[in-house]
Amino acid sequence: MNLHAVRAIYVSEMARTFRTLLQSIASPVISTSLYFVVFGGAIGSRMPEIDGVAYGAFIVPGLVMLLLLTESISNASFGIYFPKFVGTIYELLSAPVSALEIVLGFVGAAATKSIILGLIVLLTANLFVPLHIAHPLVMVLFLVLTSVTFSLFGFIIGIWADGFEKLMVVPMLIVMPLTFLGGSFYSIQVLPPFWQTVTLFNPVVYLVNGFRWSFFGIADVHVGHSLAMTFAFLGICLAIVTWIFKTGYRLKA
Amino acid sequence: MSSNAPPAAATAPAVISVRSLRKTYASGFEALKGIDLDIRRGEIFALLGPNGAGKTTLISIICGIVRATSGTVTVDSHDIVGGWRAARSQIGLVPQELTIDTFDTVRATAGFSRGLFGKRASPAHIEKVLRDLSLWDKRDSKVMTLSGGMKRRVLIAKALAHEPRILFLDEPTAGVDVELRRDMWDLVRALRASGVTIILTTHYIAEAEEMADRIGVVNRGELVVVEDKAELMRKLGRKQLILQLPARLEHIPDALAAYRLELSADGSELTYTYDTQSERTGITSLLDALAEAGIGFRDLRTQESSLEDIFVNLVRDQP
Repeated sequence: MNLHAVRAIYVSEMARTFRTLLQSIASPVISTSLYFVVFGGAIGSRMPEIDGVAYGAFIVPGLVMLLLLTESISNASFGIYFPKFVGTIYELLSAPVSALEIVLGFVGAAATKSIILGLIVLLTANLFVPLHIAHPLVMVLFLVLTSVTFSLFGFIIGIWADGFEKLMVVPMLIVMPLTFLGGSFYSIQVLPPFWQTVTLFNPVVYLVNGFRWSFFGIADVHVGHSLAMTFAFLGICLAIVTWIFKTGYRLKA
Repeated sequence: MSSNAPPAAATAPAVISVRSLRKTYASGFEALKGIDLDIRRGEIFALLGPNGAGKTTLISIICGIVRATSGTVTVDSHDIVGGWRAARSQIGLVPQELTIDTFDTVRATAGFSRGLFGKRASPAHIEKVLRDLSLWDKRDSKVMTLSGGMKRRVLIAKALAHEPRILFLDEPTAGVDVELRRDMWDLVRALRASGVTIILTTHYIAEAEEMADRIGVVNRGELVVVEDKAELMRKLGRKQLILQLPARLEHIPDALAAYRLELSADGSELTYTYDTQSERTGITSLLDALAEAGIGFRDLRTQESSLEDIFVNLVRDQP
């Protein structure tokens, strides 16, 4: 195991985050705060409680999830796409670094950043609505699992993308809608039965509900299902990454 | 291709062995058509060839950036596929393009390269490398603020950061000013003195002529010749005597036919080509014959065929 390489990649990726502090940390925190003000404060005050949870608090887990998904994907995808784009990938490919070490460095850094952001947003949320976390360990588990899984997913997108457009397409056209339709801002019980069933095919439902359960002990789907789905998605992403490095897909001629 | 087996007396252990190496890209382009090559430990080897000859493909395969279609490569007896980690950790690569993360500082990017190649951080070594490359003053500058020549120095620093035993320089002096070129060659000589094997590609023949111990000429995916530089120059080198005529000459008199003279298109110059290795160059008798034929000259000069001419001949003669 070339731990020096893992460390080098991790440190340089984290340095990129701190170099762009405003864009990396401030902007997601501000945009999430806006959600709290609009949905939690302005609209939430006119909304009924859901399963005994004030609407403003109810949306917190969903908002954090939205942030984790988009940030993990955009960080990890940009992290590996950038060296491909400017050509510095030659160094990674010629170095005595295994696929596992490359992934640990890039995905580790992207996930770390997402976790930090998630915690910052939770603290920010606490300023707007009183937060109570029923199952802190499960909360941390979902926070970490989601960050790692979607950083892996972002890494895959970054390798697949051969232009900036593709880099943006997946987060904007797939992840964002799935998150909005995945019960981030509502309980899926408010939907007609048919749409409830359709929604169950949306993987984000399981993430949001698992996360919500860790806060309030309530969820639309069982927390066990949520965990199982998260692990399944993690497994799929790991399999794809393994395949990418085995075949050299979009990395090696 | 010519035999690549070095004469027994000169046999040094090969640090890189390339056998029957072929590469066909997905587009169907056959970049390498069966290369056999041994690089000796501690030598400066120049890979010479026109653009698109396959030099960069060959280097890229040895360094692990491109996969070979068939054939084998060993680096210090480690197969580059089976023993990739051991093979790669010996190699430093300076790429052709100025590909570098421009947001990093000089010191950070050099340190990154060292870590990537599995070496413990060593500020002292990084400082030495940066000083050798006159980059120490710029150590905390972002790469993007540097000039093109400075960026090239940074790329070399990155390649040397992990103390490689083998250094690849892909077109190292393309677009580089005189000063940097001189510094670079000083550095290369110093590296070789410390036992580092250096392989450089270039299409500037003067560069190979100046630096290399041995030269391999690549053309259209094949190794046309591999030879000691001095031997190559001696074998294929020619010398020419050029006479500037006071008056234009319509044609060469028949009396001079034996000298195989060439008349320039405008009739103002006569060129005589002779073999420097032969006992008699024939210059004296030519001058006598010219006087006899009533042809004088205003001025004369001689020129030695450079590696460039040799190279152009080799590449042109290939079917």
